[in-house]
Amino acid sequence: MSAGSWEMVVGLEVHVQLKTRTKAFCGCSADFGDPPNTNTCPVCLALPGALPVLNEQAVALAVRAALALDCAVHERSVFARKNYFYPDLPKGYQISQADRPLATGGRVALADGTRLGITRIHMEEDAGKSIHDRYPGMTAIDLNRSGVPLIEIVGEPEIRSSVQAGAYLRALREVLLYCGVSDLSMEEGSLRVDANVSARPRGESAFRSRTEIKNLNSFSNVERALEFEFARHVRTYEAGGTIAQQTMLFDAANQEVRAARSKEGSHDYRYFPEPDLPPLVLTREWIEEQRRTLPELPAARRARWVKGFAISMTEAEVLSADQELGAYFESVVASGGDGKAAANWVMGEVLAALKETSQRIDRFPVEPARLAALVGLVKEGLLSSSAAKTVFQAMRSEALEPRAIAERDRLLQVGDDSALEGWIAEVWAEHPDEADRYARGERKLQGVLVGFVMKKSQGRADPKKVNQLLAARATG
Amino acid sequence: MAVTLDDVRHVAHLARLAIPEDQLGTYVAQLNGILGHMEVLQQVPSAGLAQAADASLDGMRTRADQTGAVRLEVPREQNAPAMRDGFFLVPRLATHEDSGEEA
Amino acid sequence: MTSALLDLGAGAIGAAVRDGRATAAAILDESLFRLHAIGEGANDLHAVLHAATPGLASEPLTSGPLAGVPVAVKDNFCTRGLPTGCGSKILEGWMSPYEATAVRKLREAGAVIVAKTNMDEFAMGSSTENSAYGPSRNPHDPSRAPGGSSGGSAVVVAAGIAPIALGSETGGSVRQPASFCGVVGVKPTYGRVSRFGLVAFASSLDCVAPFGRTVDDAAFATELISGHDPHDATSSDRPVPAMRVGPGPLTGLVVGVPKEYFPDSLDPAVRAHCERALESLKAQGATIREVSLPHTALAIPVYYIIAPAEASANLARFDGARYGLRVAAPGVQEMFASTRAKGFGPEVTRRILLGTYVLSAGYYDAYYRKAQEVRALITADFAKVFSGGVHVLFTPTTPTPAFKLGAITDPYEMYLSDIFTVTANLAGIPGLSLPIGRVKGLPVGGQILAAHFDEPTMFRVAYALEEALGAEAHR
Repeated sequence: MSAGSWEMVVGLEVHVQLKTRTKAFCGCSADFGDPPNTNTCPVCLALPGALPVLNEQAVALAVRAALALDCAVHERSVFARKNYFYPDLPKGYQISQADRPLATGGRVALADGTRLGITRIHMEEDAGKSIHDRYPGMTAIDLNRSGVPLIEIVGEPEIRSSVQAGAYLRALREVLLYCGVSDLSMEEGSLRVDANVSARPRGESAFRSRTEIKNLNSFSNVERALEFEFARHVRTYEAGGTIAQQTMLFDAANQEVRAARSKEGSHDYRYFPEPDLPPLVLTREWIEEQRRTLPELPAARRARWVKGFAISMTEAEVLSADQELGAYFESVVASGGDGKAAANWVMGEVLAALKETSQRIDRFPVEPARLAALVGLVKEGLLSSSAAKTVFQAMRSEALEPRAIAERDRLLQVGDDSALEGWIAEVWAEHPDEADRYARGERKLQGVLVGFVMKKSQGRADPKKVNQLLAARATG
Repeated sequence: MAVTLDDVRHVAHLARLAIPEDQLGTYVAQLNGILGHMEVLQQVPSAGLAQAADASLDGMRTRADQTGAVRLEVPREQNAPAMRDGFFLVPRLATHEDSGEEA
Repeated sequence: MTSALLDLGAGAIGAAVRDGRATAAAILDESLFRLHAIGEGANDLHAVLHAATPGLASEPLTSGPLAGVPVAVKDNFCTRGLPTGCGSKILEGWMSPYEATAVRKLREAGAVIVAKTNMDEFAMGSSTENSAYGPSRNPHDPSRAPGGSSGGSAVVVAAGIAPIALGSETGGSVRQPASFCGVVGVKPTYGRVSRFGLVAFASSLDCVAPFGRTVDDAAFATELISGHDPHDATSSDRPVPAMRVGPGPLTGLVVGVPKEYFPDSLDPAVRAHCERALESLKAQGATIREVSLPHTALAIPVYYIIAPAEASANLARFDGARYGLRVAAPGVQEMFASTRAKGFGPEVTRRILLGTYVLSAGYYDAYYRKAQEVRALITADFAKVFSGGVHVLFTPTTPTPAFKLGAITDPYEMYLSDIFTVTANLAGIPGLSLPIGRVKGLPVGGQILAAHFDEPTMFRVAYALEEALGAEAHR
């Protein structure tokens, strides 16, 4: 069989760190960049006698994420202990959720309309950090991150290509960013991805054995690792071999996927209900309140813009890629700016200016209302588009209204008939030959004459009106 | 369901208990003795009851997202077997490149 | 005068200190004097692991309901100033950087922590013979066990060192030693008292449980330590009712006598004392009604699945990484395994193995899930009786009086000494043991069980019985 006759099957497990002030089960700060072990207490150090008490904001954020991803949020869910020994897991178990998770059955909608299923979302706590290369022969443990709240989003094995895996992750990230539940930074570890991958001949409905890839530190590495691993599966099958279910590690430096050194025996996490925490009971009213207060999600926002502002889906995607930028765009329109024109301004001049200064949109000096006023001046014919760009540049450093800048810098278009007629009369006097030929019907000279008028007006004449007036002279 | 020597060896590994080989047999006999008394439970019809009991419990009380951890009155260093630069130190994991494996 | 004062109830001692008739320092001295008297030579009852230093109470404690009252605390409560070791080598010398809520509440009421008491390692046992520091001895017969796992606290109260001591219960670890030592032991409703700072054995069963020399001392302690704690998600926010209800007539009260707690094999002398106690309750106006708790016989198998399972996880934190014993080894997992093998005694090791086994892949449903389901049946037995008009249940606390040290070698036979107490832990209901007589000089305990959060009715019956039996209870 050729490579093309094999199908990739991927399911992603995404860990997202929730944006809370304090840890999941104690009042320690969730900032884990502080000096080692300073944000620790009896609970997250797992001292004898300490007990977990759940952070209600972590619950709210987890529920909001689940709702935004179309999951059914359960009124009762149960925490469980996942037992294993590791030096950065101080209790010897991780508090997680097992057979009764917070939410089940959601989906991620891709830009092309594909919907990919989410099996479940459950809450759990993070482990601490093990540093292996700092002291010879020793592992250094920092428990500042121990107990920081996470959700794990387990996707259905419905992804069929590495590109689709990337699209799934970008769409998921966008939705969660909109909900404000997490910083979602792969570099900082607030978003972590494990990928389960298998290969099967096209047309085969059963799944073949899968391998799990860990250590994926960027979306593009997820895509690359999937390609490498899929290719390995296909090669193995084509050579008559079998794939063993095992854990693989992605090595970003060498751009390769290799088997993790296998542990003695299989994992047996011995999950059982966490007796220190009664079931988590949420009322339907509270869950619905969370749903009501969710922000508009990116897909809905784009659809509304396309319909309401007559912009294209591609433009909507650019504008909604960043939630704040989208909000800025909305404000420009709300302040009276034409939708299509506002979109062009935000995607063009605004984005370019932000890029030039590495500014964030919420600090951008040209406030939405002023940009809307500028868009209005162009629409009313008071500013040419090139003059508007000049005014825009001035607005970046001056707090003045665009009209004031245009007036001061004599950039307003002149549409007043008598002024225009004055300039035309001067052109007629200075270029009698062209004027005469034009008047007699040589229409192709109109452009040249408009050019003379524009030059005379130092660019301020409204070219549309000049054209109208010249046309009148030709027929008159 | 008799417990075997291998079962005890496996469970001792899961529980990180380095039990000397010559003591394993004693634990096999004791666990079988104790578990023998548990067989009576299999005769009791009880399916689904634990779930029902769980449903009768009040939900858990949660805490507000406010800093305010219990303060440590004895420095971490005083109780720690080994600590340096604020880190707890342990012997290095034999398979340390697999650090993410069980996370 | 101080000497006699220490023989009074906790309330009277507190009043004397508040009134200036006695000082906390003098009372502590007397308490320590008595403590050393039972800790020396042939008299050594080995009840205390760590004692306070005299002068600890030099800061005058002149306020609070327990002003200057010496209180002993089981070694599995986190305390300031004294080590917390759970009777285990793995935690030897550990100084807790924080204080258990129950201990803090007693201190804030004015109490002085006089000692940390001996116990079965991690509360796993019924005799204190599983302490890594050697067994405690019964003050009524030093060749016998004081019961366990809170044996040291029971001995300290029985020996008059403190009117109140804290113990902990998972399957009867306070009521059973109370019964063996002739004092009062209370297991409050699960959730009534915060477990924060009580080193966990089996979280769904563990209760902070006080001893008192009298019913009033026990009720006083229970009342003071009760109430919601934001550090324990399983602690109840129900209001705490008055528990020092005092003796009074029992008119209208229905006392259930569960037949399963009076098997043919019951020690005849224990049965006789129970019958005398029931006669006394009847004489005070109570109605006695035979009832049935049909799943009682399943309690021990259920308990010895659930408790070890939870313990196997709760004790995973003792790995030598952050505190406690560490045995050097080349790799970290080897260090964990060597540390734990050396640090835990045989009973703890046995229970961790058992608990790990019943949770492991392939056995969970047959053991752990099954046990949780049968636990629900045991709980339902009680609910049915209490909703059927019975206010309290009366039973023997233990099948026999204190047994000889070393007499029970089979683990399961030892587990059976909890047979009448373990049901209350599984169901989460309150229970109390009080002395109801003696057999050949050894105390016999009677047990009163009540519905969830109905400690006041439980104490009402206990006060009445204690008063009616009077000196007979200790004869």
